[in-house]
Amino acid sequence: MKISEIIKHTEARVATKNYDPDKNLAKAFSSDLMSDVLTLDEDNILLITGLSNVQLVRTAEMADIGAILLARDKNATPEMIELAEENGIVLLETPFSIFKASGLLFSNGLKPVY
Amino acid sequence: MAVKLFFEIEGGDFTQAGKASSKIKKVLKQLGPDAKTIKKVVVAVYEAEVNVVAHAYHGEVLAEIDERGITVTIKDRGPGIEDIDKAMEIGFSTATKEVREMGFGAGMGLSNIKKNTDELEITSTVGEGTTVIFRNFF
Repeated sequence: MKISEIIKHTEARVATKNYDPDKNLAKAFSSDLMSDVLTLDEDNILLITGLSNVQLVRTAEMADIGAILLARDKNATPEMIELAEENGIVLLETPFSIFKASGLLFSNGLKPVY
Repeated sequence: MAVKLFFEIEGGDFTQAGKASSKIKKVLKQLGPDAKTIKKVVVAVYEAEVNVVAHAYHGEVLAEIDERGITVTIKDRGPGIEDIDKAMEIGFSTATKEVREMGFGAGMGLSNIKKNTDELEITSTVGEGTTVIFRNFF
């Protein structure tokens, strides 16, 4: 699913600059546990999370995550945005809960990692 | 071709976790191992960095890279690990509530390091510290 479609379905704001709206992410994973994210073999996925801290972006960097969707109207901090931009990670912010955002994306065709 | 990288990590400061793995990732990308191998190495280094920040007072990371592979040594001054076999079990953790709120401390770090490395050796002295050495072949 393209970033532009993820934005449309979840009414998301984009926190990072210079993103490619046509960047395609094949799968998604929802988690607040970074330890679980670090065990995934897939890369270039969407991570949907209720966490909002620098370690989230660091974890995404190491796990080769393509984009992060912050749920529950959480805002990315300037440090998070800087680190995400440095690593080409798109940071999105949705007012929806993790359940609602995940459900909307799943029902519109975004596949789970497992 | 031989590259050595050295980093220091302060315990307790979560902003420090990721500095070594981030730099190692950038260097490995230039040296050319495939993306899957790079991800395995940097996930293992990052897990080890998080462990130092979460549990120890101070740590040092040494990464030695040559054409055959990478050896990473993470040595910390800290409480040490009483029972390494127990610490390797998935779900066993002594992490604080603060560490768990960051999204870590689920007792998965050491087993994930083992999963992502070709060779792993952990030695520890209670009250002094822990040394983790691992190697990945390219």
